[in-house]
Amino acid sequence: MSMKIGVPREVHEDECRVAVTPETAEQIQKLGFRIAIEAGAGARAHFSDDAYREVGVEVVDDVRTLWAESDIVMKVRGPELHPGLCVDETELLREGGVLIGFIWPAQNQELLQRLAARKATVMAMDSVPRISRAQKMDALSSMANIAGYRAVVEAAEHFGRFFTGQVTAAGKIPPAKVMVIGAGVAGLAAIGTAGSLGAIVRAFDTRPEVKEQVESMGAEFLELEYEEEEDGAGEGGYAKVMSKAFIEAEMALFAKQAMEVDIIITTALIPGKPAPELITAGMVESMRDGSVIVDLAAEQGGNCALTEPGRVVVEHGVTIIGYTDLPSRLPTQSSQLYGTNLRHLLSDLTPERNGEIVVDMEDEIIRGVTVVREGEITWPPPPPKLSAAPKQAPATKAPPREPEPEAEQKGPGALQTVLLLAVAGLAMLGIGAVAPADFLAHFTVFVLACFVGYMVVWNVTPALHTPLMSVTNAISGIIVIGALLQVSGSSMLVTALAAVAILIASINIFGGFLVTQRMLKMFRK
Amino acid sequence: MTEGIITVAYIAASILFILALGGLSHPESSRRGNLYGMTGMTIAILATVLGAQVTGYATILVCMGLGGAIGMVLAKRVEMTQMPELVAILHSFVGLAAVLVGYASYLDPEAAFQGVERTIHEIEIFVGVLIGAVTFTGSVVAFGKLRGIVTSKPLLLPGRHWLNLGLLLLSVWLGVEFVGEVGEHGLGMMALVIMTILALAFGVHMVMAIGGADMPVVVSMLNSYSGWAAAATGFMLANDLLIVTGALVGSSGAILSYIMCRAMNRRFLAVIAGGFGTSGGQGAATGEEQGEVVATSPEETAELLKAAREVIIVPGYGMAVAQAQHIINEITRKLRQQGVNVRFGIHPVAGRMPGHMNVLLAEAKVPYDIVFEMDELNEDFPSTDVVLVIGANDIVNPAAQENPDSPIAGMPVLEVWKAKTVIVMKRSMATGYAGVENPLFFKENTRMLFGDAKKSAEAILASL
Repeated sequence: MSMKIGVPREVHEDECRVAVTPETAEQIQKLGFRIAIEAGAGARAHFSDDAYREVGVEVVDDVRTLWAESDIVMKVRGPELHPGLCVDETELLREGGVLIGFIWPAQNQELLQRLAARKATVMAMDSVPRISRAQKMDALSSMANIAGYRAVVEAAEHFGRFFTGQVTAAGKIPPAKVMVIGAGVAGLAAIGTAGSLGAIVRAFDTRPEVKEQVESMGAEFLELEYEEEEDGAGEGGYAKVMSKAFIEAEMALFAKQAMEVDIIITTALIPGKPAPELITAGMVESMRDGSVIVDLAAEQGGNCALTEPGRVVVEHGVTIIGYTDLPSRLPTQSSQLYGTNLRHLLSDLTPERNGEIVVDMEDEIIRGVTVVREGEITWPPPPPKLSAAPKQAPATKAPPREPEPEAEQKGPGALQTVLLLAVAGLAMLGIGAVAPADFLAHFTVFVLACFVGYMVVWNVTPALHTPLMSVTNAISGIIVIGALLQVSGSSMLVTALAAVAILIASINIFGGFLVTQRMLKMFRK
Repeated sequence: MTEGIITVAYIAASILFILALGGLSHPESSRRGNLYGMTGMTIAILATVLGAQVTGYATILVCMGLGGAIGMVLAKRVEMTQMPELVAILHSFVGLAAVLVGYASYLDPEAAFQGVERTIHEIEIFVGVLIGAVTFTGSVVAFGKLRGIVTSKPLLLPGRHWLNLGLLLLSVWLGVEFVGEVGEHGLGMMALVIMTILALAFGVHMVMAIGGADMPVVVSMLNSYSGWAAAATGFMLANDLLIVTGALVGSSGAILSYIMCRAMNRRFLAVIAGGFGTSGGQGAATGEEQGEVVATSPEETAELLKAAREVIIVPGYGMAVAQAQHIINEITRKLRQQGVNVRFGIHPVAGRMPGHMNVLLAEAKVPYDIVFEMDELNEDFPSTDVVLVIGANDIVNPAAQENPDSPIAGMPVLEVWKAKTVIVMKRSMATGYAGVENPLFFKENTRMLFGDAKKSAEAILASL
């Protein structure tokens, strides 16, 4: 029996997105699912009910029926109080049902409890692990990309000048200067958008390794004049909280930049923590009249001290935009991308393509996304195995050569060496005690030759290992000397044996040297 | 010639051999080194032949002439891709010669020793024949495996370690019997013959148990054995030149085996004990869906190569099989003319013997200064635009670093997946010799170019 997916209309005020578009619905149905959607759910994202019906999606008028009949409910925002019905959406979810959407488990512990009480399985699209295999379902990235783009558009709307510089008959227009703080997905999108409008873009990030990415987008990377090297990359490629000295240097930089730039776009977020305050009231005051600040961290408290989440305010002549719904302001685009992220997740959840989801907690992605499983809270997941942005070369470089196991081996290794030497010494003593002087002379030659060979061969370049083998092959044909000495003996048998030995050893000598010569001739600059 | 002059000649030959090996430290000095080796050999043979002890010139001339002719033909005819086979079979000759010389020495009525000297002499014969016999059959089997006459899968008899131990103990016992036999040759001879048969069987069994991927270790190990066999013969005949040469060859082979083992992160004993991935092979080929494989076309590959600035080519055994090295050189030349920096990255165990890839590339006239060892360019992959992997698998397998359960975990590998794009030329999705899934094929920046390496390379060249 294939599962039924229900998509209700988003109830959050001014939320225009929808979890499924006609296009993604069609693809999800190919995985074997049936889809029902609440009437008018896609209207604000400009997808009509008819468009859904055309691709075979059932359109349901009654919200309660929709929730009650769906095995899986897909939403954009997490469940909240339904304004029309005056019940919480959690109550509408079927007992034991599956809910997929943005949950923010770290900030919404209480919501998790309520969902767990419903014996639900909950997948948080905000908890997709940052590994390369999961990029196709990383809804945070796709939404951040839109937010970054929209942030520039919002800034342009409130900014009284051009972004691009021009020289016209009516006078010279200087280009706008934009500073982007935080070069994550949103920051990079903002850099790209502002740059393509013609602005001069600068960007700052606590993680020095993103410098290259910033520069690849055509922006200047602002660097701190700061002694102590500190890497701002936390687990999973996100930023982390920085030291006090670092923050002071950072604030000095921002204060200086605030006086120069026209537009500041802040995107600095640290997972599970309130947004750091980077732009103080003083800095806002120091900005020119008509400047614009877009605070993408508004929902988490804002990077600017004067941000009011969800609103646009003008302070000291500076417009501060604190919209928390930037992706929703490009509803068609964001629904399409979010829908595709959901489709990829569903596709990973249904390996059999039979419309039955399998919550495989061994799978790193599914483990990360699942925050409640059949009433049991499974958040937070164990730390990811692989960082999306490897810290720095030394950390990941050649893990097999970690010093620890070597050190472990050293203990017994040293003991072994000592034992070996002791045994060798005793053996030597034994040989010395019984062996005749003649043998010992040869033995000396042998041991010394071993050492000479050891020294010489270590110097051979690895590229010439094959010639080394063939030349040693040739010179081990020296065994012919033994045969030569025997061949003239009186015994026929001995002569015959020796003759055969000469023959095959000669093959070695001639064959070995010639093939070596042939090979060595080929090596050229 | 007097004894003194012969000794001096031997010293000269020893020094020349050492210089021959020393010359191999750089391609430029290597040819001169080889000439030193030839000179040393000539001096040694001449000095011996002209010595008072040798009279059977006719036999010597015929045998050396015949053997030399065979050797020259072999050396001329051999394909560079067949080098491992040639080397293996040459090892077997040294082993066989050591056995024959050992027997001849035992049977030689002129050599009469008494007391401790006799005991030592007999021990020397016994050990020399033992090592020679193991080297002989071991090399023949290795040759068969490299040729594909014998299956390259490890043959794992039940209780094979006990079997080996039993053979060893039996040999020791036979040795005691052999040395203790004072009277006629009859009983001693029997012990020697039985031991020889055991040693021959042991040689077969030892190499049969070793898998195809471990061939570089086997070949260098047999190289080492052939040296020890020569050294043992030297002791037997109280000949310092043989001892020195044998020791040189023996330690050279031992070092190569060590380098190869290190390159595969395997212990020497584990390789000799046989069977790759037979223990702890969990997680090797779990059917877990690893993602999608993206195929590409030669034309697309050519476009990528043209657009790149830094290209690294990683060849493996598959290139040797397909004989693609000449075309690859053409591609390299063309790209370099267009200003693309093309380099080659060679893993120590790429191919079937140490340095195999270098020889093939040299044959195709790839200049050796753009051919680099793994350690020299492994750091450069992140700044590389395109990596072309040709018929290599295990040596570029990220599982060695990422999956601690993988049978090849900890093996140093070329980190090709760090490059912007990796193009893997491969016949099919089959696993490498180690039988391990390769997550590289499923990485997002990997493109698979299926088909015969030579044909694909020709198609790429045509589109460049």
